[in-house]
Amino acid sequence: MSGFDGYIQLVYVLVAAMFVVGLHLMNSPATARRGNQVAQAGMVIAVVATLILLIHAGTVTATGWVVLIVGSLLGSAVGLWAARSVQMTAMPQLVSAFNAVGGGAAALIAVYGYYEAEARATGVLGTTSVFTVLDVLIGSVTFSGSIIAAGKLQGVIPGQPIIFKGARLVNLGLAIVAVGTAAFMFSTASLPALLIVVLASLAFGVMMVLPIGGADMPVVISLLNAFTGTAVAMAGFVIGNWALIVAGALVGASGSILTKLMADAMNRSLANIILGGFGTGDSAVAVEAAADAHVRSIAADDAAIQLAYASKVIIVPGYGLAAAQAQHGVAELAKILEDRGIEVSYAIHPVAGRMPGHMNVLLAEANVPYPQLKEMDEINPEFARADVALVIGANDVTNPAARRPGNDISGMPILDVDQAKAIIVVKRSMGTGYAGMENELYFDPKTSMFFADAKKAMTQLTAAVKTLVG
Amino acid sequence: MSTALLTDLTIFILALLVGVEVIGKVPATLHTPLMSATNAIHGIVLVGALLIGVTAHNVVGYVIAFIATFFASANVVGGYVVTGRMLKMFRRKSPQAQEQVEGQPGLAAVNGHKGLKGLVSRMTGTES
Repeated sequence: MSGFDGYIQLVYVLVAAMFVVGLHLMNSPATARRGNQVAQAGMVIAVVATLILLIHAGTVTATGWVVLIVGSLLGSAVGLWAARSVQMTAMPQLVSAFNAVGGGAAALIAVYGYYEAEARATGVLGTTSVFTVLDVLIGSVTFSGSIIAAGKLQGVIPGQPIIFKGARLVNLGLAIVAVGTAAFMFSTASLPALLIVVLASLAFGVMMVLPIGGADMPVVISLLNAFTGTAVAMAGFVIGNWALIVAGALVGASGSILTKLMADAMNRSLANIILGGFGTGDSAVAVEAAADAHVRSIAADDAAIQLAYASKVIIVPGYGLAAAQAQHGVAELAKILEDRGIEVSYAIHPVAGRMPGHMNVLLAEANVPYPQLKEMDEINPEFARADVALVIGANDVTNPAARRPGNDISGMPILDVDQAKAIIVVKRSMGTGYAGMENELYFDPKTSMFFADAKKAMTQLTAAVKTLVG
Repeated sequence: MSTALLTDLTIFILALLVGVEVIGKVPATLHTPLMSATNAIHGIVLVGALLIGVTAHNVVGYVIAFIATFFASANVVGGYVVTGRMLKMFRRKSPQAQEQVEGQPGLAAVNGHKGLKGLVSRMTGTES
């Protein structure tokens, strides 16, 4: 390493350190913004150092500069527009899209490295690096898989699992082609072989995500996030750049941790989610409600009385709340209750949204102070002290059946909503949740069902509480 | 195994361990901003994309360099901006100032001098 390159590499080490510090500051909402700024400053330094390196190398052609500058400016403009205009409910799509472009760029770096080696005067590729192959494999799978995931979340592609006969065979075939060709490249370096790996990996990414249903998206996005990080780290190995290696490893670790948290929160293994079969009808065993089971329906006025004269209310939001755009309505209702001196908190299940922590962001946007947002382990002991648990748009995560063995959701960690003194469930109909089974909570004698669209229900409840308390 | 490769591997493994240690401490409340921040961090791939320019001297090279820089810069800029936007929403207390800003425009200026909190509620007031 010559002196100049050594100095630039030192700058990259500084940048890597700034990324670590930035992520470290994200351990509390109070310092998180500063963390993001530190990481951002690191990125600016990295880009400036790279530009200095490019100028110093002096081999970038005039066309090359135009390409790099125009590409960067256009990309920045698109990124800026997307980040400014995105709705908070659409965050998972955006994160997925960023995973796609990150993985795609990482794969392109390896492809180019391979191509460039062949184009050299000697015309010999030399040995194929395992990192090149891994980068191309993982990067391509991430690229196509993330696009499909974003499409599903956006509703462009149907959210239900898309499964056809022989799909697993096709998957297996694609995996064999991709890995087999990659193995072949170690004995015979060849650019066409690399392109086959790219195509097979792209197809595999599509096939991997298509059969996965909407409610499994928190796991898929986290997994693809981990993939992107790994691909970027591999790209770092290919070009021998420490900043890429460290940043990629950090993201890989983060994505893996979140993947595990999400899978645990659904009590399902990663293999089970990837291979599908959940909520597709083939494994759903109907749990018939007892013949004498009785569902009690309630009107807004009665629900308002229960809420207004409670001393502790726990709100249990689910994705249905976000789908109905009711988060601002909930926040408004909570505010009125709080003004009456009622203790209000929110019980957030880890998979309440479409990505890890999604519900927290949606509620934060509705001006809910973050100390009120409680994690599952923290809030569960508090249900017994709650006068009313108000369940809005959450279903499977509140089903006490999960505590018993022998059904689809057995063993899944749930919110102990049934421990509350009274339960009000806001729901449009008696329809089942994602797992396709009846929620025993609805048949609990303590439970009242308020059948309405979440947003309308919040408006009615707020109005009813206001009239009640004047 | 070359020294360079060994160094790279060492850095990779240590960074993974640091990542596990640091990320494990992030509360669930911040998991979405965390993922979006790590999203922006993997935008460092922009450095690799720019470096393609060093040897790109033909159409194939230019095309790959263009797509890679386009992808990576969208990743970096979008990731940081959206993370910042989200983190701005996390508040310890519910902003009372918000209603005043909406209800009485004259007070907006006053709130502007209330430091960060006034600024935050003003920004969200215009955004939402």
